[in-house]
Order: sequence, then structure tokens, then C-alpha cells
Amino acid sequence: MQRSCLLSPGCKCNEAFEKAFSYTPEEIINIIKDSGLRGRGGAGFPTGMKWEFAAKAAGEKKYVVCNADEGEPGTFKDRVLLTDSLDKLVQGMAIAGYAIGANYGILYLRSEYKWMLNDLNAKFNEFKNQNYLGNNIMGKGFDFDIEIKLNAGAYVCGEETALIESMEGKRGEPRNKPPFPVQSGYMGYPTVINNVETLCNIPYILEHGVAEFKKYGTERSCGTKLFSISGDCAKPGVYEMDLGITIREMLEMVGASNTKAVQIGGASGSTAGEKDFDKTICFEGFPPGGSIIIFNKSRNMARVLKNFIHFFEEESCGQCTPCREGTRRLKEAVDRIERGEKLSDEDMNTMLELAEVMKNSSKCGLGQTAANPFVDILGKFREDF
Amino acid sequence: MQTAVESKLTVSINGKEFDARKGETILQLAKRNDINIPTLCNHADLCESGNCRMCVVEVEGQRVLQASCTTPVAERMVIRTNTRKVRKTRQMIIELLLAEHVGDCQTCKRNTNCELQDLAAEYGIEEVRFGKSQEKRYEVDTRTPIVRDNDKCILCRRCTQVCEEIQGVEAIKPMGRGKDTDIGCLFGLPLDETTCVFCGQCINRCPTGALTERDATKEVWKAIDDPTKHVVVQTAPAIRAALAEEFDIPPGERVTGKMASALKMIGFDTVFDTDFTADLTIIEEGTELLTRLKKALVEKSQVALPMFTSCSPGWINYIEHYYPDLLPNLSTCKSPQQMFGALIKTYYAQKKGVDPKNIVSVSVMPCTAKKFEADRPEMYDSGYKDVDHVLTTRELARMIKQAGIDLMDLQDSEFDDPMGISTGAAVIFGATGGVMEAAIRTAYELVTGREVPFANLDIRPVRGMEGIREASLTITDPLPEWSFLNGAEVKVAIAHSLTKARMLMDKVRAGEATYHFIEVMACPGGCLGGGGQPIPTSPEIREKRAQAIYTEDGAMKLRKSHENPAVKVLYEEFLKEPNGHKSHELLHTKYTPKDTW
Amino acid sequence: MKMLELDKDVVEISSKYGKSKDHLLRILQDLVAKKGYLTEKIVRDLAKDMNISPNEVYSVATFYSFIKTKPTGKYVIRICQTISCDLAGKEEIIKALEKELRIKCGQTTDDMLFTLETTNCMGMCDQGPAMLVNDEVYTKMDSIKAIELIREYKTK
Repeated sequence: MQRSCLLSPGCKCNEAFEKAFSYTPEEIINIIKDSGLRGRGGAGFPTGMKWEFAAKAAGEKKYVVCNADEGEPGTFKDRVLLTDSLDKLVQGMAIAGYAIGANYGILYLRSEYKWMLNDLNAKFNEFKNQNYLGNNIMGKGFDFDIEIKLNAGAYVCGEETALIESMEGKRGEPRNKPPFPVQSGYMGYPTVINNVETLCNIPYILEHGVAEFKKYGTERSCGTKLFSISGDCAKPGVYEMDLGITIREMLEMVGASNTKAVQIGGASGSTAGEKDFDKTICFEGFPPGGSIIIFNKSRNMARVLKNFIHFFEEESCGQCTPCREGTRRLKEAVDRIERGEKLSDEDMNTMLELAEVMKNSSKCGLGQTAANPFVDILGKFREDF
Repeated sequence: MQTAVESKLTVSINGKEFDARKGETILQLAKRNDINIPTLCNHADLCESGNCRMCVVEVEGQRVLQASCTTPVAERMVIRTNTRKVRKTRQMIIELLLAEHVGDCQTCKRNTNCELQDLAAEYGIEEVRFGKSQEKRYEVDTRTPIVRDNDKCILCRRCTQVCEEIQGVEAIKPMGRGKDTDIGCLFGLPLDETTCVFCGQCINRCPTGALTERDATKEVWKAIDDPTKHVVVQTAPAIRAALAEEFDIPPGERVTGKMASALKMIGFDTVFDTDFTADLTIIEEGTELLTRLKKALVEKSQVALPMFTSCSPGWINYIEHYYPDLLPNLSTCKSPQQMFGALIKTYYAQKKGVDPKNIVSVSVMPCTAKKFEADRPEMYDSGYKDVDHVLTTRELARMIKQAGIDLMDLQDSEFDDPMGISTGAAVIFGATGGVMEAAIRTAYELVTGREVPFANLDIRPVRGMEGIREASLTITDPLPEWSFLNGAEVKVAIAHSLTKARMLMDKVRAGEATYHFIEVMACPGGCLGGGGQPIPTSPEIREKRAQAIYTEDGAMKLRKSHENPAVKVLYEEFLKEPNGHKSHELLHTKYTPKDTW
Repeated sequence: MKMLELDKDVVEISSKYGKSKDHLLRILQDLVAKKGYLTEKIVRDLAKDMNISPNEVYSVATFYSFIKTKPTGKYVIRICQTISCDLAGKEEIIKALEKELRIKCGQTTDDMLFTLETTNCMGMCDQGPAMLVNDEVYTKMDSIKAIELIREYKTK
């Protein structure tokens, strides 16, 4: 069932703002906690809890950062939100600022979206003219402004601590945690980093209430979710659906036929084969990263694997051993496979052991998930190799 | 009391409970309790980077392994350091590093003293399942005293950290991304096109042979083996306090006499001691300071104060690059190494009746910047290259081993006369604060006619390992010629490591410093922590070396530079007077401003 | 001491943002937009102007694939190589452009007009194959459209 909570057109800044400012910051945090909203970037951390940590953290300044660095292969939902639903994002950021006590917002935009920069700046100016941003927003005594910072071509900067490093003008190398950004983030100040889609949910929840929001989705995966659907289907695009939808339902909706496999959650996500198609996409099922790539039966999964592994090898930041060296070795292995070499059982076991080591010992999510497609695709589509 | 109780945590490691301190990491707790966790990127002098992932451990309740160097302990944390998963992970990490580590152990300077080699042995790595790359991708950069071989680099980044965190220079950085990351300079330039000061601290932190000193042993052997050459060697004060470490002796053992014996057995024609010119430096530099003070206080003329010491060549390089406007404050004295070099090919040559062109002057220094210093165009005042070759402590140890000498079995012998005679004041040049202490011992006595008012001549306020130390001494009842100093409070400061020097220099530049004299040593701990010293280094090791140096001073008959009889003779026979014409010709110099970035 | 004059674009762009370190990335981006790529002089001048190490500038610059430190054409053509665009036929476009420009992917034409390279996911997966020419995005490309587009740029 397609929904239109997030993708509804038109600017209705007034209503959500009016409602938001009638609450205290604590009340807003409680509402978001009650809503069960979980981060839409992939990891699914409870948003209300993140805000609460930041609200309680001591800091003379605080920041709200919108992570618009969607770089996961197959993801483009944020592009649609940024172009069509910017009003929701602006409200979401400002309300987050109000809730945690931050007067500064930063939109961290991937460099591949630089083409929308002028438009975004123009719209932000408009919001400012309408007093939805700037000093004393709508006369409510709260100041909030947003500036845009651009990535410059580094997927790893979607990782929140790498993103902070990048915003500080450094190499986008993930930091050690703790401290977490909510304690010490941008320039050492408490910082909430939320995905574009997460923030766009905020005005909806405040406007329509927790109960209405919870009508969609499952018990542990509340609300609707945007899916970026591409690959072998008749109607690729961004779809808003309930969390908990089955893969088969989704494939029908987008006009996919003769489907062999579905990649859910991007290169670092997981691969569903035909026997998985009745499973659901939600935090308790196939993790809903937002990227859905469909492969029909004419596709060779070895090529898909090679594409993903090359991607990680190019995008590893190079800081920690397992990821830097591990992605290099995985690439070597898939290239050997492509050349028609057959990996010996011994080699295969070494690579699987390597995959386990990367998952267990890499510093950040990139390295921890980079070997997923190797294990998953090789496991499920052995006949393609 | 409440907080004291709260800050103590109970943590379990491998099934045994330990008292942990709030805020400490798993690694720190384990180390304190003698539980060995292997590390590569971790170093006692540096911030935790968590890059190598060797130190991962299992923590109950965590999805993945945790890097023990960056994970703080928590109440009731349950940690396992020796599970199958942990061992397998560490083995794999070593294999991954070895696969990209190109170079033969047998021809590596760090053979038998390499952390990667040790770990590979410890974890029983018998093969590298990914294959071992044999193809060299990088040219070994031997253009400067710091030799870089990136094929051996494992990207732990300790070198870039020490350069930034301790020295504030940032001469090398990680460049590129991912598998293309390497450590280097902008656009692949050599170090001498950056602000590198050649302190060599990166070498001392490198776990492998990726960073080493430019070797001079071949040239020195060649000179020794050449019967037409008269080879003279001088050894810096910090060598004797650390050389034994190269022979597997724990830090803190003094081997002054054994070293002198070894040098003679190696075949040096004359074995001198840089301590001699350390004493000479005190006379020259002390005179210079008093002259500046007199100019400022009596003649009220414009004179650059505070005066800075000029013994540390890393510091000289640093001030030239970063504080060129403060160069007038720098003492014009050459370093003891260079004073020595200039005297060997003049005073000594005359005295000995040797043609200076046949003299090869070798120094043994705890320092890589000394190699750079000896090559400076300013250092030819004898009419020849004053110091021909500079060996580090490590290179000397290699020569001793190559000569088949068992250092620790040797009988003590004395340095040769006359430039082997020295005082305790010279020995302490090897430790941070030592030049200052030596200067005060002499200057105070010169001015007042009395010994410094400190028990046993130990000027404790200027000693220690605090990064910046300050002290003051009020002059009372001076001799008539120094009456202008009566009641003056002489203020001094000491800094070691260049980030600390920077803090002092910023104060001086801003006009906020009221000091008269500042001692700066580029390396942490002073020369005893120099970039040419035995590897590894750590605060504890440097502390031990410092103790050795102060013990040596305490055991000396002469403790004050101006009491050095050979220096007195040098003035009588050759130099005539401190800061005189001859001194200026041979022992003083001037440095040049350089570009900061 | 060498007192060479700083590049005026460097000074202008760094002044615009206030020379503090956290603006380094956007300063580099603006410089690349203006100059095409960073030369040693630009890196050194910027470092001097911002009072940071030139190694730091270069270290940051070389981390990001959109910051160029090697000679680059006036127009950088980036073809998305990630899976959806790959499925949609990016390979043919690359081949067609390699032939049209007479260079290999990763190279720059002799007249320094075009650099051809691949890039990772551009977020245009529903409209692939997609490509960028500098900051402009083009979607649903095929080899004919790509060649036409490049010819248009040639005459610009």
C-alpha cells in the first residue's frame, strides 16, 4: 500500500511549527520517543533517544546536522525529499533544534547533488524571509538557521563521525566511539545527526499525532518508509510504503517480473533470493536501508558482486587494517573469479574467514559490512560463479 | 569520599575480576595487571588512534570485537582477551599487513627489533594466505637524514601522530584514501621541501623499518680502514646513558667507560668526548648571556632577550622555519658537536701536528638532525667540513657489533686528552634542563663568587619531565663588576618537544614572557630522547636514561664547566678569551630565516 | 625568505569563508571549481593564507575524489559506475565516449578540454545511466545522447 505522509506536496510549515512551539522541548522529545520513530539512514537508532542524549549533554552550543550524504548504491530517496519536500526537512531540523537546544543546523550534502545547491540556497532564503528560519522563528523566541556543507566525493562520510570530521575540514575518517556525537560532535559540541527522511517524519508526527503515525508499519518498525527502487522493473522510483511490506508485494507494485534477486539496503545490505520474497522489510525483518535493487533472471550475480566489492575497495577510508586490506583482498578474489579462475576451497575459506574478521574488527560500519555481499551473494547464488 | 567510591569499577578480564579506574581503557587496565594485549598503532607517547585493530577483545554484550585501546571500561564489563575469535582475528590482521609489507627482514635495519616481526612470530604466522607482494612500489627516499621506505609502512600512523602531536610540524601526513593511502609529503616531495626539522622522532615511533636514519657506518668504516686518515670521534652525553639498550640491557645503565673502550677497539685514532665542548658552550653561552644582560640593564641598549639556547639542531631548524623573527634571540653559539668539529681541524690538528685535510671527524649523536646540521653550509669554519660524519647511537651499536665486540664485557677506559676531559655539568646536557642547570652553576658563581645555593649543586627546579618548566633565582651580593645584577631576579624557562617550544615562543613573540634565558630541546626528554637513540622510547625509558645521566653527573669530580682544566688550557693556548675574536670565528654562527610553510 | 605573492584566487576564496580550518573543504571545492585542479603553488599558498600545513591541505584534498590534484580537463565527465547504472548500460556509454574523445577512462584529452572518469553512485539509480559534466547532471543516457552532449560542450 503506497502512502503519502512524507511525499505529500505543498508547504505547510505553519501547522507543525505552531504545534511544536506549543510544547516544551522535553514534551517534544517524549512525543518522538513515543512515536517509536527509528533512524531512516539504515542503523535504525531510536530518534527520540538520540535527541534526549543531546538535550541532556552539556555544551554552550549544540548542532543539528542533517545527513544528506546518501551514497549507498541504489539510494535516491533523499534526492526526492530535498527537491520536493524541503519544507518538511526544514521543520524537522528546526524542531530538533528546539528540542535539544540547538540554534545551528547544518545540511551535509553529497557532492553528487551539487546541482541542487542553488535551488536549496534560494529556498532557504525564502524560508528565512517567511521567518520559518532565522531569528525569533514565527515570533516564538527561538533562533534557528541552517547552512549547507558539501561533501567532496567520499562515501564513508555518510558515517556520522566521518561526516563530522569532513564538516570540520578534515579527512573523512571515522572517529573512535565513545564519545558519541551527541556528547561531543561537530567542533566538540553535542550534535544530533539525523537522516533526511528521519527529519522529514518529524512534522508529520507532530501535526497528526503519535497514534496516526503508528497506524503505519509494525510494532517495532513504526511509520512509513521511503524506498528507492531501481534495477529490473517497469516503474523505478521512490515509493512510500508501510514498514513491514513483503518483498513480493513490493515487486508487484513496481512491475518487476522474472525476478532473480533483490538487494535490500544497498551494497552493504543483504541479498534476497526467490525463497526470501515472502519475508518482510522492517527492522525485525530485512533491514530497511531504503535501497532496493532488482535483478532479473538474465543477470549474473557474479557481476553484481564484483560491482559491490569494487565499490567498497574504492570507498574504504584506509584508516583501519581490516577494511583497507580486507577490501583489497576481496577485490582480488572477485577479480580472479571474473577472469574465470575457480577459487579453491582453501582460498574460499580464507576469504570467508576474512569476511568475518572485517565484520568483527573494522572501526566503522563501512568495513563491518563491506564483506556482506561477498558472503551473501556467494552463499545464495553459487551457480553464478 | 563518595566520588572515590564511584570512580572505582569492577571489571572482569578472562574470568578474573579487577579494580578498574573510571575513564581508563581496557588496554590500560590490562597492562596494569600484566595481561598482554598486542598493539601496533598504540604508543605510550601518543593519543589512541585505534587504527591497527590488533588489540581487539571480546566484550560481552557487544555485537563485534572492541579495540581495547579506545574502549573505556565500564562497571561489570566482561572482557575476554584470549578467545579463538580474538586470536583468529589478530592472526588475520597480521597476515593482511604482511601481505602488503614489502622487503626482506634480513636486509632491514629493524631486523630483530621490529614490532611486526615480533607479532608475526608470536602469533605463529607460517604463511600469508593472500600471497606476499614482492614488487617494490616505492622508491626508498634517502635524500635526507630520515630515510623513508613506504613499502615497509603498515600505516599505523604513529609517525604522523608524533610529528603533529608532539612536534607540531606535520612534515608527513597520510595522503590519498583507502588502499592508495600512504604517508608522505605534498605532491610526493622529499622531506627537505617541507618544514621537517629532522628530529627523527618518527623513526623512534615506527614499528617497522619504514623510517630509519641515513646510515653513515660505511663511510666511517672506510675512513677507519684508510691508513692515511686520522679518524677522530666525539660522543655526545646522551649516548652513554642509552647505548646499552642496544645490547639488550634494560634502560638506565651507564656505559661511558665501556663505550670509550669500544670506540678504541673499533679503530678510531682518537676518542674524544663532546662533553668537552659542552663545557666550552657554557663558557661561551654564559658569557653571551651576561653580556646581553649587561647591555640591557646597564647600557639600556636594544638587545634581544630572552636568549635561547642553540644546542639542539632540530630546534634550530624549527626556529628558522617557524619563528624566524626571533632568530636574534638565539644564542650565536654553535652546538657542542659543531664547536668540536671546528676545534678538531684547527686547535687539535695544530697541537697534534696533523694536516687537517687528513683528519676525518666523526661524531656519535643521539640525533638525526645532527646529520643535517653537520651538512649545513655554515659549518665549514675550520676551512674544511667541521664534522665529516655523524653516527647515531643505533649506528654506533651496529659498528660495535660488526667489530665483534661484546660491549658489556669490556673494561672501562678513559677518553683521550685533552678534549676528553669534562665535568658533570656537561653530562647533563643530555637531559632536558641540563644546559640550563649547567649554565646556572657557572653563571651564578661567576657573578657572585659563590656556588649556587642548591644542595650538592643539584638545581632541582629545572629538572624533570614537565613539558615547560620555569624557575627564577635572585642574585644577591654579586662581585663588584656585576653589581648591576644586585637584587635582580633572573628568570628562566625550559621546554622540550616542539609543541612545548611553540607555546613559549608564542609568549615571547607576544611580549608576554619575562624570562631572561630559555632552554629548548627539540625532542621529548632532551637529547636522551633524541631521534637517533635506541628504539623503543617511552616516558619511562626516558626517565631511566635521565636518572643515569644525573647519576653520572653526581659521580663526577668536577661538576662545573668553568672548572674544566682542559677548557682553561684551550683558552690560554688558543681562544684567548670567551666570546673573543677566535671564538667568533670558530664557535659562533648565524642562522637564516626560512619559509614557514 | 621567499616572499612570493599569493595566488589571488586563493586569497579571495579563503577570505570569503574566513580562513578557519573547518572551511577547508569548501575552500578546496571552490578552488577546484575555479581552477580545475590544485597545483603545488595553490596548495602552498592556501596553507600559508590559512596558517596550516600544506601537507594538511594536500592530505585533506587527496582524500576526496572530487578534489583534483592532477591536471584535469575543463569539463570532468563522470559516468556513474554503480550497479543500477551498470545494469542500465553504462559500459556502452563509456566505450562510446572513449572513442569520441580518443582517451581511456581516467585520462584527459590533449586539449585539456575533457577528463573522462567513472564515479560511484550518483543517486540517479531510477534514471540510469546517469552522468555528470562538472556539476550538471544528465540522466537516462545512451551512447548517442552522450556523444551529442559532449559535442555540445566542445562548442561552448
